[in-house]
Amino acid sequence: MSVTLKVNGRSHTLDLDPATPLLYALSDDLELRGPKFGCGLGQCGACTAIVDGAAVRTCVTPVSSVVGKEITTLEGLGTPEKPHPIQKAFIDEQAAQCGFCLNGVILSAKAFLDKNPKATEPEIQQALSGVLCRCFTHSRMYAAIQRYAKAVAK
Amino acid sequence: MKPRLTEAAQTALRRVARGMDRRGFLKSAGVLIVGFQMGGGHSAKAQFGQAALAGSPPNDQLDSWIAIGADGKVTAFSGKEELGQGISTAQQQLVAEELSVPFERVNLIYCDTALTPDQAYTSGSQSHPANFRDANLALAAATAREALLKMAAQRLGTPVAQLALAAGVISVKDDASKRVSYGELAGGKKLNLALDKNAKRKPVSEWTVLGKPIGRPDMAAMATGQFEYVHNIRLPGMLHGRVLRPPAVGATLVNVDEASVQGLPGLVKVVVKKNFVGVVAEKPWQAMQAIEKLKVTWTAGAGLPKQSEFYDSLVKQPSRDTLMVDSKDTAQTLAGAAVTLKSTYLHPYQMHGSMGSSCAVADVQSDRATLYSPTQGVWYQKSTGAMILGLKPENVHVVFRRGAGCYGLNGADTVSYDAMILSQAVGKPVRVQLSRKDEMAWENYGNAWRIEERAGLDAQGNIVAWEHEAWTPGLGNRPGPATPGNVVTGMLLGYAPAAFSPAAAQPPRAYNNNSNGIPSYMAGNVGSSSGGTGTVKSEKVLVHNLVSPFWTGPLRSPARLQNTFAHESFMDELASRAKADPVEFRMRHLRNERVIGVLTGAAKAAKWETRVSPKPGNRKTGIATGRGVACVAYEGDNGYTGIVVDVEVNQDTGKVAVKRMWVAIDAGPISNPDGLRNQAEGGALQGMSRALGEEVTWDDQKVTSVDWRTYHSLPLGFEVPKIECVLIDRPNEEATGAGETAITVIAAAIGNAIFDAVSVRIRQIPLTAERVKAALDARS
Repeated sequence: MSVTLKVNGRSHTLDLDPATPLLYALSDDLELRGPKFGCGLGQCGACTAIVDGAAVRTCVTPVSSVVGKEITTLEGLGTPEKPHPIQKAFIDEQAAQCGFCLNGVILSAKAFLDKNPKATEPEIQQALSGVLCRCFTHSRMYAAIQRYAKAVAK
Repeated sequence: MKPRLTEAAQTALRRVARGMDRRGFLKSAGVLIVGFQMGGGHSAKAQFGQAALAGSPPNDQLDSWIAIGADGKVTAFSGKEELGQGISTAQQQLVAEELSVPFERVNLIYCDTALTPDQAYTSGSQSHPANFRDANLALAAATAREALLKMAAQRLGTPVAQLALAAGVISVKDDASKRVSYGELAGGKKLNLALDKNAKRKPVSEWTVLGKPIGRPDMAAMATGQFEYVHNIRLPGMLHGRVLRPPAVGATLVNVDEASVQGLPGLVKVVVKKNFVGVVAEKPWQAMQAIEKLKVTWTAGAGLPKQSEFYDSLVKQPSRDTLMVDSKDTAQTLAGAAVTLKSTYLHPYQMHGSMGSSCAVADVQSDRATLYSPTQGVWYQKSTGAMILGLKPENVHVVFRRGAGCYGLNGADTVSYDAMILSQAVGKPVRVQLSRKDEMAWENYGNAWRIEERAGLDAQGNIVAWEHEAWTPGLGNRPGPATPGNVVTGMLLGYAPAAFSPAAAQPPRAYNNNSNGIPSYMAGNVGSSSGGTGTVKSEKVLVHNLVSPFWTGPLRSPARLQNTFAHESFMDELASRAKADPVEFRMRHLRNERVIGVLTGAAKAAKWETRVSPKPGNRKTGIATGRGVACVAYEGDNGYTGIVVDVEVNQDTGKVAVKRMWVAIDAGPISNPDGLRNQAEGGALQGMSRALGEEVTWDDQKVTSVDWRTYHSLPLGFEVPKIECVLIDRPNEEATGAGETAITVIAAAIGNAIFDAVSVRIRQIPLTAERVKAALDARS
């Protein structure tokens, strides 16, 4: 059936089974590269998108539940030439190795900090408790997140 | 990222596709650079036509490595690939440095069986030594610089000694108006030279690009969701595959009921080949649904050994034995020692556990195939892919495309076979990404180990003899040139893994560190050579290789990590028994300046307090703190790391928290300090996760650690220890491995710190809270 999704400010009408997880609409129908299949179980964060301001695991979110909502993916934040401040913080800190997890880390941190601009470090950690990075660039990622946190707190 | 090819580049690619040779591609390289700049894309997927089907260019020829564009841009070709470890940035720096061109003017193409020199695998901490010493890529760049200078000398009528070189322009020193650029000299032309063994590398003291903390050019694309991983490749007409692995280890296929999925939306084909089962559909979600609904009958599994008795069972199995060193006097020396100590260390199977399950895209036509794969060995995917497809190897073109970090032999090779078989079955391009469970239940795990250490101390507390005996089960491995059965898909297709036959040990003939089988503290005397880094001359190292019930293969620091966990834990036990400070005790038994350098480097940074472990005055309740140290000469001479950690042990729960780490690392001349630091930090933390929580588990039929709830990787959400790196630059030494040394030492350092804090020695990985608590409860 036809499903209309609003992604990165643009509406897309797609022919999809409404039970299809949002991830597949984003990465296959719209060919976006930000959201990624990591586990398909909502356990790692690689598929994260921001839906109406909240970080959502798109691999376990049916498209039918996000119709009419504002969906933002990693490429919706900024571009290599004009990165969003949190993306710039990650670039400046060189906070990645393989980079596959960056989508989940950046979007989870951004969604949380935008809602909780005065969050403490333990609170940020708690917010990222279900996000994985298997290269373990954790130190750099926290340095990048702190840079961004300082900017939003101002 | 999506390659944004300029119109000129697109035209060039079309010309290449129409049958120009590799040279034609190189001529176009200058215009192609725009498109490749940020990580490349598969549109450089470029149907290279016949050119793609040719063999790799010869490694001894300069044109195989370096091409100068008409615009003076430099294209370098490497057989060592970017896996997330940052080596592509360093290689780009290397070429820029040796050729004196700006970093941005170098384009690097790596691991394409039609375009790049065959450098076998990208693995084993071999990229830095292979391409940054006086050979291969480094030698090619130096050869090119000298050749260009000679050409300029002829063109300008001035001796080379009177020429200056900057930013790809060669000019006469006292008359800058006399000048010629690389593009003018050699743009789009073959250099037709062999690599010159006498070509001089630039001295480290003159480096302006190499050795600098240049940021990774792919970082912005990754952080903004533009980077194209193999997962993102979308070919015209591409379909999506999914595979069905057996429900139990050793189960074989009885029946596939194709009617069970008939009429499902988007389903294209059910593919069955011996024990291989897969489906192809128009969309990934459809393929997933089809594989879930497909009714398949399997035999029962072969049965698995009880996990609780696994380590004990190893010593009873037939084995292939290797003696690495044997002074033949250890029994006698141990008998005469003032004190003897014996300990057994256990290390579980662990996973690569890539963040993204493995993915590959294959386009198999009737007589030829193209594979986009995150494999570490494109040349072996070419030869074994040809085997499973029944094609000629020269008709299989393998192009490396990045996947999620692999840390060794993850599912990349097996999923490449999956994609090729499914594509061949439908005659269209097929993309396959494994499910999380397929990845985790069937990848080639890092081997389990049982290691026994025995040593004797004299009256002064010096080690007089050391015996190391280890048991490790294995099955399969990297496929190599002709063994597709070394990974699960190959086996399902009917290929056998590398054969195993028990054999008695032969006397060692030449010194071989053998993946740190030989502790750093042994002299390593074999015949007339003394290859070890230590002082202990009464020495014996014996390894028993066994058959594993699970697939195994290299996982970051294979064998080196497990051996080092045992050696460095045992060294701490010996130091404690000798009433010696653990750093001083190690120093006393080392005779290699570089391993001593990292050991003292870490200790100094940590303001190491000289004393005996355990820490005096710690209470037996509540939180106790301790510190631990470990060091390694990776494979004896391929990279060095010393580490000190501070831990807190919660004695009520057994939970261990690592609070701080000091990591000293020596990889020869530093190619990129930020890249080296990133590897040291990531390696130490990944090793910490492996040490504290990671373990493959199973029941009587199958692996049960199949997702992130059952396989315990530390998430972002924990208090990350503060890490201080000490980078030890060795400008006069050769480049060594850099990515696998920090991970090698961390487990022992944590175990040693636990002992320092609470006086219990945990000899089994992972160092879980339950295991520590049990040891604390048993403490007298």
